[in-house]
Amino acid sequence: MAVAVQQETSHPILTLSQVRKSFGGAHALRDANLALYPGQVTALIGENGAGKSTLVKILCGVHQPDGGEIVLDGKHVRVHDPEHARQLGINVVHQECVVFDNLSVAENIFISARPKQGRFVAWREMRKRAAEILKQLDVSFDPDTPASQLSVAQKHIVQIARALTSDARVLILDEPTAALSHREADDLFRIARRLKDSGCALLFISHKFEEIFALADRYVVFRDGASVGDGMIAHTNTEHLIRLMVGRSVEQLFPKLETTLGEELLRVENLSRAQEFENVSFSVRRGETLGIYGLVGAGRTELAQCLFGLTAPDSGSVHLNGKAVSISNPADAVRNGLAYVPEDRQQQGAILPFSIAANVCLPNLGSLAPRGFCNRERELQLANHWIGALGIKATGPRQNVGDLSGGNQQKVVIAKWLARTPQVLILDEPTKGIDVGAKSAVHAVTSEFAQRGNAVVMISSELPEILGMSDRVLVMRRGRVRALLDRSEATAENVVQAATDA
Amino acid sequence: MRMTQNSAARRDLALGFIVLLLFGLVTAAFPQFARPSNVAEVFDDSAILIMLALGQMLVILTRGIDLSVAANLALSGMLVALFNKNYPGAGVLPVLLLAVGSGAVLGLINGMLVWRLKLPPIVVTLGTMSVYRGLIYLLSGGTWVNDNMMSPGFLGLVRFELLGLTVLAWLAIIGATVAAFGMRYTGLGRDFYAAGGNPSAATYTGLDPGRMQCFAYTICGAIAGLCGYLWVARFAVAYTDIALGFELQVIAACLIGGVAIAGGIGTVAGVVLGCLFIGVIRNALPLVGISPFWQMGINGIVIVAAAVLSARRREDKRSILETQTA
Repeated sequence: MAVAVQQETSHPILTLSQVRKSFGGAHALRDANLALYPGQVTALIGENGAGKSTLVKILCGVHQPDGGEIVLDGKHVRVHDPEHARQLGINVVHQECVVFDNLSVAENIFISARPKQGRFVAWREMRKRAAEILKQLDVSFDPDTPASQLSVAQKHIVQIARALTSDARVLILDEPTAALSHREADDLFRIARRLKDSGCALLFISHKFEEIFALADRYVVFRDGASVGDGMIAHTNTEHLIRLMVGRSVEQLFPKLETTLGEELLRVENLSRAQEFENVSFSVRRGETLGIYGLVGAGRTELAQCLFGLTAPDSGSVHLNGKAVSISNPADAVRNGLAYVPEDRQQQGAILPFSIAANVCLPNLGSLAPRGFCNRERELQLANHWIGALGIKATGPRQNVGDLSGGNQQKVVIAKWLARTPQVLILDEPTKGIDVGAKSAVHAVTSEFAQRGNAVVMISSELPEILGMSDRVLVMRRGRVRALLDRSEATAENVVQAATDA
Repeated sequence: MRMTQNSAARRDLALGFIVLLLFGLVTAAFPQFARPSNVAEVFDDSAILIMLALGQMLVILTRGIDLSVAANLALSGMLVALFNKNYPGAGVLPVLLLAVGSGAVLGLINGMLVWRLKLPPIVVTLGTMSVYRGLIYLLSGGTWVNDNMMSPGFLGLVRFELLGLTVLAWLAIIGATVAAFGMRYTGLGRDFYAAGGNPSAATYTGLDPGRMQCFAYTICGAIAGLCGYLWVARFAVAYTDIALGFELQVIAACLIGGVAIAGGIGTVAGVVLGCLFIGVIRNALPLVGISPFWQMGINGIVIVAAAVLSARRREDKRSILETQTA
């Protein structure tokens, strides 16, 4: 049944107005407004941390909003839990695959609507109906296949099939193509269009502008937990959308110090690691901050982990001060003056149940305890020095890192490395999940470190941070370097285009 | 399903073959081992283990573990023994209800601690294991309840024979049949697999994995309670230390039977075969003239060997996955 693309006059199936949600004082959503129309695809666009995931979780009942209204078919609703969402006709294809590997495709599709005969599961009917749905979706795998044998794309399709077991009014696709190849994504879009033509309202979350322009009819842009613009896709363009996404003054947030660039400190040549990144080459000079931008899955973290010796490269070389170095484990990396502040601060960066002193001293025990015995006095001295130097807000060096705020935890992680006086500091999403004030403080610390004649390599998904702090920006997409831009060339448009191939 | 069934069915088939082989080898050397009366005895001897292992399977399927089953069994057993001693005229029905009820409550305590307080299952049940044992001492004052203090009905039920098998053995057969059917054909049974296979996915489909864990502990506890009565009646004695350390045999039976400690995978047939494996060895060792102390060693070797095999299989799978996503 062909439903023509509805005009502005048609009534939305689902509207959200002024929806708010905060987690422990941090606002994830401040003012979320959204309208989904039948037979239309609405693209939800925003940077990481703009509140998209929180919005999805509210719509599918995993989180309850603190305030605001959700209206479905003209009636106020509260989505109690995911099962309730499904009953209301709201279905989600989640970004991370929500599929049961230990069950068959058929059982996955009917996980919350098992066909029954009397009170018992009717396996034959389940298989038959699953086969029908899979055929309707025009995919070739068997309903008896164990889900563990499916590819990521096929698992997404199983989730869509799940939506088709009931009357799907609203289908949310949460970055479904992040891990898919072009062909797999095309298959997914074909299915999405068919659902749209049957009158379903789709919400499509994606970073890829190419896909947004190909699939969506409308857009809504989120920034810092609020919707900041919406309209018809036909009346907009990439530049406009990027401006809405980023749209804040960059200078205030990023206190970058003037530096003089010295000689080349770190050079990476043709570094490759199968399935992670390929032929990555770049160099960083003394005093320089190199920003590495890319979407999730572009291979940035994998590159950093390889540089730091956590994984071994398949080919390529790393040079420090003009000399080739071999780094086969993190201890080598540390000896060569490298330091790595990982993305997952709580799991990989800090040891939360340890005190600040214990954390700061951990990589420095060699110098603090030359004869193999720890010296509590000297440890506390060192910790106190860095608490002062980085402005760590804590009751003292004995406070547990787990009790500190995210920003102060990150400062502790940076301090433990700075105490070793490294030459190259690799930061992976250094300000992820920490509040604005602490962000500038972290930036001030790294900028000062660079100013003293060291090199900083900063991976970030936050465009303003990349643009604000970097002397040069390296953009990665699908494991390859797509652009290396000087500070003057690095505009939001250029960087995003290189990262998304828009 | 057919494929997942296949890999599980293949494993069950292999284990079944091993159990038969073991049985055949013992019989070849000692023909009396295969006499119907002896087979019935081996089965009678394995019945309690089978029932407990089926309960434990539910708990492990949902990513838990219940170290307190044997203590629960002993406490429930002491409770009904004392009840029978004081009210010998009450009959067996109240005894059964009391056993199942007290076991279920003790299991529910585990379940609520794991679900509501989100405590690690191994810590919770290690703790309750000691608490339940301690309660037996408080309840009994450290004294024994002997067979002369138990009523004939209380003692006789488990020994009553039907078609050559004891009531105890029939209970295990009925239990395994109900479990096999329930795990495959009821929503609750499928939910145990789903919640244990991928708890976060379960949450996103509106199924609370913590609640399923709590269910599993309660059912496991109820079974342990029932087995408490069966144990006390079978051995005709109740004291603080009955079934001491038996939880390890129960867990071993599950692991030998192919229940994945990481949750979500396991079959009733596998668990029953795991129990029979242990039962055959336990009954054959004295016959062959090997000290029963070898029993634990053999169980251990089988568990480690099974773990090594399944770890290698997992590695194969992962490498396939990696080449596929390339």
